[in-house]
Amino acid sequence: MALPEYRLPETSRWDILWSGLRAYGLIVAAWTRSTLTYRASFVMMAFGNFAATGFDFLSILLMFSHIDALGGYSLAEVAFLYGTTGTAFGLADLFLGSMNGLGRRVRDGTLDTLLVRPVPVLVQVAADRFALRRLGRILQGLLVLGYALLLVDIDWTVVRVLMLPMMIVSGAAIFGAVFVAGGAFQFWAQDAAQVQHAFTYGGNTVLQYPPSVFGRELVRGVTFVVPLAFVNWIPALYVMGRELPLGLPAAVAFLPPVVALVCCAAAGLAWRAGLRAYRSTGS
Amino acid sequence: MRLYAVVTLGGFRRYATYRVATFAGVFTNTVFGFILAYAYTALWDERPRLGGYDLPQAMTYVWLGQALLAACALMGGGFEDELIERIRTGDIAVDLYRPADLQLWWLAGDLGRAAFQLLGRGVVPMAIGAFAFELALPGDPLMWLAFLGALLLGLVVSFAIRFLIALSAFWLMDGAGAAQLGMLAAMFFSGMLLPLNVFPGALGEVARALPWSSMLQIPADVLLGKHTGWDLAGVYAFQAGWAVALLGAGRVLQSVATRRVVVQGG
Repeated sequence: MALPEYRLPETSRWDILWSGLRAYGLIVAAWTRSTLTYRASFVMMAFGNFAATGFDFLSILLMFSHIDALGGYSLAEVAFLYGTTGTAFGLADLFLGSMNGLGRRVRDGTLDTLLVRPVPVLVQVAADRFALRRLGRILQGLLVLGYALLLVDIDWTVVRVLMLPMMIVSGAAIFGAVFVAGGAFQFWAQDAAQVQHAFTYGGNTVLQYPPSVFGRELVRGVTFVVPLAFVNWIPALYVMGRELPLGLPAAVAFLPPVVALVCCAAAGLAWRAGLRAYRSTGS
Repeated sequence: MRLYAVVTLGGFRRYATYRVATFAGVFTNTVFGFILAYAYTALWDERPRLGGYDLPQAMTYVWLGQALLAACALMGGGFEDELIERIRTGDIAVDLYRPADLQLWWLAGDLGRAAFQLLGRGVVPMAIGAFAFELALPGDPLMWLAFLGALLLGLVVSFAIRFLIALSAFWLMDGAGAAQLGMLAAMFFSGMLLPLNVFPGALGEVARALPWSSMLQIPADVLLGKHTGWDLAGVYAFQAGWAVALLGAGRVLQSVATRRVVVQGG
C-alpha cells in the first residue's frame, strides 16, 4: 500500500529567521522569569554588572587625577572611546554573552539535548541562561558616553551625528561575531572559554584607550586580523576630527557596517563548521 | 593534619587535569598583561615615578598582577562557586557529617588550587612579560622567599573572604550575587586595576587598610623591595591579623548557619 505523500509546509529563509527570533524571545523570557525568582541576588548582580564596568572607568578617572592627557588624548576623548565601545560591547554581551557557556555543554554532553530540538542550535546557545543583569553594562556604557558627549569638543555635522548610532550598531555586530566565532572555536577546544575572553573583554579594554597608547603591531592586529578597530577607534577618531591610526584614509571611517557584515558572515561559516565537527562526549 | 595535606594535593591535581583551560588562561593573562603594560607605559610616560614606582617596577607590578590573578581568585574561579552550589542543593548536609572541619577542608583544597594556578597560570605570563618588557625582578633568593611568605598570607586572606561570601548562600539561597560583589571588591581593592599607592588621598588610605591589599599590593611591594626588616614584619602582621579576624568571622558564621538554617533538598 502506498503511503500518502507527506510534505513539510513550505518554509522560506525569512520564516526560519522569524521562528528563530521567536524561539530566542521565548527562551529569554523563561530565563528572565527564573532570574527574578531570587530577587535580592538579581539586584546585586545587576548592580554588580553596572559597578564592574564602572570600576574600569573609575580606574581611568584615577589615572587622570595624575595626568592631563593619556597618549595625547584628553579625559573627554578617552571617555568617548570608552562609552562607544562599552555600549557596543554591552549590547553584544546582552544578546550573545551566553556563547561562553558552550564549552561546558560540549564537555558534559548536554549540547545533545539542544541538537534534537526544532530550534536552531545557535539560538538556543545564545539564549541559554540569558542574563538580564547585563543591562547594567549597557547602562554604564551609555552614561559614560553621555558624560563624554557633554564634555568632548566635537565639530558636529549631520554625518558625524549619524555616525554615532552607526558605530554602536556595527560595533555590537562585530563584537557579536567575535562571540559566535569564539563559541564555534569551543566545539574543538572545549575548555577554552578564556581564549574567547581575551578577544571579547580584552578587545573591549583595548578599545577604551586611544590607539596611540599601543604598539603598532597590536594596532595592526586589531585593525586587519580581528577588525575590532572598526567598533570605535576608526569611526570615533573620525568623529573627533583626529587622524586615523596607521595612516588610514578618512573614508575608511564609513566602513564599519561593511566590516560588521563580513564578520557576521565569517562567524556564521565558522559556526556551521564547528557544529559539523561536533562529536558528542562518551566513553 | 595528614588529611588536609591530602586534600591540598587533591586540589592541586584536580586543577592540573584542566590542561586546555590552563593554556587558555595563560593566553588570556598574557593578552591582558600586554594591554595593561601599554596603558601603564602611557601613564608613566606622563608621570614618571608615579606611586613611587619607576617604569620597570610598574611593569613588574602589571605582570605580577596577571600572574596572581588566578591564584588569588581575584575574578572568582576558586572553591566558592562549588560551595555555594552545595549549599543551594542541600549537598552541604553531607559535608557537615564528615569527620573533618568544614573551613579547614575547603582551605586545604583551595590552597592546592592556588598552588597549581600559580605554577600553571602565573609563571608563563610572567616569563613572557619579562621577555617583552624591562622588569625589576630581584636577584636575591631571600626577596623571593619574603614574597612567597606575603603571598601565602594573601592566599589565606583571599580564602577567608570567599568563605564568608559562600556562607551567605545559607541565607540568600542563590549566592551568585554576593560572589560577584566580592569579586568586584577584590578586583578594585587588591590593586588589580591600578596600584593602591596611586589612589589619591583618603581613598588610597582606606584601600591600603582593607584586607584585599594583602592579595596583590603587599606581595608586589615585598617583591619590589619596598618592605624589608621590621617593615616586612609589620606587613606580615597586617596580613596575618586580617587572616585571623576573617577566618574567625567565618567560624562564627559557620556555626550560626549550621544551627539555624534548614538544609534544602530531598
